[in-house]
Amino acid sequence: MSNSSIALDGNGKLPSYLIDQGKHKGILAWLLSTDHKRIAILYMIGVLSFFAVGVSLGFLIRLELLTPEGTIVSAQAYNELFTLHGVIMIFIVVIPAIPGIFGNFFLPIMIGAKDVAFPRLNLLSWYLYIIGGTMILLSMVLPGGAADTGWTFYIPYSVRTGTNMVFTLSAVFILGFSSILTGMNFLTTIHRMRAPGMGWFKMPLFAWSLYATGWIQLLATPIVGITLLLVIIERVFGVGLFDPTLGGDPMLFQHMFWMYSHPAVYIIIVPAMGVISEIIPVFAHRTIFGYKFIAYSSIAIAVFGSMVWAHHMFAVGLSNNAEFIFSLLTFLVAIPSAIKVFNWTATLYKGSIELEAPMLYALAFIFLFSIGGLTGIIQGALNVDIYLTDTYFIVGHIHYVIFGGTGMALFAALHYWLPKMFGRMYNKKVAKVAFWHIFVGFNILYFPFLIMGWLGMPRRSYHYLPRFQIYHVIATVGSWVLVAGLLIMFINLLRSLRYGKIITENNIWGGESLEWKVQTPPIAENFEEIPVVTAAPYEYKENDEPVLEKEEIV
Amino acid sequence: MSTENQAVIHVHRDDVGARMGMWLFLLSEFLLFGGLFLMYSVYRYNHQHDFHVAAEGMNVFLGTANTLILLTSSLTMALAIAAMQKGNKILSLTLQIITFLFGVAFLVNKFFEWRAEFRAGNYPGSPILTAKPSGQILYYGLYYTMVGLHGVHVIVGMTIIAFMIRFTIKGIINKDNYVKLENAGLYWHLVDIIWIFLFPLFYLIT
Ligand code: HEM
Ligand SMILES: [Cu+2]
Repeated sequence: MSNSSIALDGNGKLPSYLIDQGKHKGILAWLLSTDHKRIAILYMIGVLSFFAVGVSLGFLIRLELLTPEGTIVSAQAYNELFTLHGVIMIFIVVIPAIPGIFGNFFLPIMIGAKDVAFPRLNLLSWYLYIIGGTMILLSMVLPGGAADTGWTFYIPYSVRTGTNMVFTLSAVFILGFSSILTGMNFLTTIHRMRAPGMGWFKMPLFAWSLYATGWIQLLATPIVGITLLLVIIERVFGVGLFDPTLGGDPMLFQHMFWMYSHPAVYIIIVPAMGVISEIIPVFAHRTIFGYKFIAYSSIAIAVFGSMVWAHHMFAVGLSNNAEFIFSLLTFLVAIPSAIKVFNWTATLYKGSIELEAPMLYALAFIFLFSIGGLTGIIQGALNVDIYLTDTYFIVGHIHYVIFGGTGMALFAALHYWLPKMFGRMYNKKVAKVAFWHIFVGFNILYFPFLIMGWLGMPRRSYHYLPRFQIYHVIATVGSWVLVAGLLIMFINLLRSLRYGKIITENNIWGGESLEWKVQTPPIAENFEEIPVVTAAPYEYKENDEPVLEKEEIV
Repeated sequence: MSTENQAVIHVHRDDVGARMGMWLFLLSEFLLFGGLFLMYSVYRYNHQHDFHVAAEGMNVFLGTANTLILLTSSLTMALAIAAMQKGNKILSLTLQIITFLFGVAFLVNKFFEWRAEFRAGNYPGSPILTAKPSGQILYYGLYYTMVGLHGVHVIVGMTIIAFMIRFTIKGIINKDNYVKLENAGLYWHLVDIIWIFLFPLFYLIT
């Protein structure tokens, strides 16, 4: 990506990783690179392209819902739209986004390593990811049409529908495999590659969050892998393991699906929490409050998060005891998340807060994620959820936690780390304009979801009662504001890669973790010499000045 | 291990790390089957009588033979690694080839067993099986799925061993660098262990 313009400018710097150094040149030097930093950029191109597709589909869904009857697409097309939107956003965007891009790029640097433990496997993960993602896109254009079951693939409809299910399910299976390999790679990297002196409790919290995520990826993904494989086998051979007409139990599918997919929400959110834990102390100029609590709460989330899956199934008729226990555990799993929120807030308290773009997104994360978490607790209450399940309330909850959480963290990370990765600064004023569009648009779009869901608007519905139309219209208008904000943000970031102000200092924001001590952009080997770590990651001196001057030229 | 640190610092090679990665991957593989074991227990609990009847019809002789084959192949694999550690390349190579051939034998047995089941009409969707009680349909569904998935793992394991044979001939695997062979061995043991669970579940408990 425009690496010639970013090439070194004779500042006496070493050639960065952006300059081809291996035996390949040009595009091949990227597609065959095992450098974790280049793979991170490959992930970035992949994730952001799929994100653009996902956003476009969501935009179309909102347009369709402008009126209570058909507006722009047929009912069948509508079913395919929300399925594709969900599948793309969950499996291709938010699950790989932060580990794939920023985990790959910064985990080795943060722990003082030259690469991940298995660089070639890392590249393989990316290829599997791209293959899976491309298959989903292909399923749209192939005869038969895209899957129309919703991203949850519930049996028995997923066995009966005539759409390209096998294709879609295989794609998700392959994506899962990619995710497992990433998890295994990161776990081994953290165990084996920490620099001398980098004890477990000297690791930045982002590394901790990737560690917890790695375990969930490794242990939960195979369960959904086998479950989706069984649906494929069911469709192709008709063995009957889930099909009620042959004696199978469709409920078992739901159990196995959620046994993964609830932990998967933590694959989605825990790395995002790691990003926030990095950004908050840097822009509050204070040591993070409760380092160990934050680190351990990631692990606690990983453990307890694996025991609450049936809260997605309160309406299917589980036994009373089971429902009671799952409801109780659901309340408990909110505690570690809340611990993090309290710690971030405590870090902000009495800090000298600097409202740069990354910080704005981080604060938006705390705000939106809290709404998402609180709505989650409402749903966790058994009797309330019986009423709320399968309404727009759930859809609101999902978007507040996933988009308001991981989405905002992704944007925060882009604004925080992109200058380090490419050595160019974006236009900060435009970044803030984009932020406010996104933040305001987000709430206009998703808050009505919570209200109309509460009033009974069903989820995944092509037609709706006219009395809900006002909420849909407001939401659709919100989607325009949001998309405008996203466009401004991405154009600003993309422009910066070529025209942004060149950054020469290593420490752009005044961070204390290792990535701010290496060259901008980093050299291929990351460190000229493997560092010996003595300080903790968030030791801020009293009068830390942000290093970059406030003025900027564009 | 004193060689361990050396390996990390000087050669950019981390055998402990490589092994750790393999163990993590195997854990993941085990959970893949874990989902199926879970289904087995649920359906067995719900259809005890049908499972009993269906399991009676299994060919215990072929099942036992395959168990012996896999157990022995695990032994030859372990010996192949030990031989490599001692620097005996020819012996190691021979043992690897024997392990591979045991894999072939396992699959051949499986082929005959499945062919007999198919001829008896016990395959998914057949009129004979569909007419049976649903517990038996589930039993056969699980049988084909679990044993089939295990068979895929046998094939993957054999492919890995084939690569190891090639690496050994080329000298990429040698007395001082045999972690690849060790990892291949770990994978093959996984294949073996899963079968050790499948065998009683489908053949012995009736
Ligand atoms: C405070 C923590 C949370 C609690 C207590 C909670 C609780 C719940 C409950 C009870 C449901 C099921 C509602 C129903 O279907 O009737 C649900 C749905 C969902 N949650 Fe959460 N949640 C929490 C955090 C999260 C996070 C962090 C994410 C993702 C990053 C997430 C993603 C989802 C998704 C994707 C669904 C909907 C699945 C579907 O399509 O049916 N949740 N949540
Ligand atoms: Cu859940």
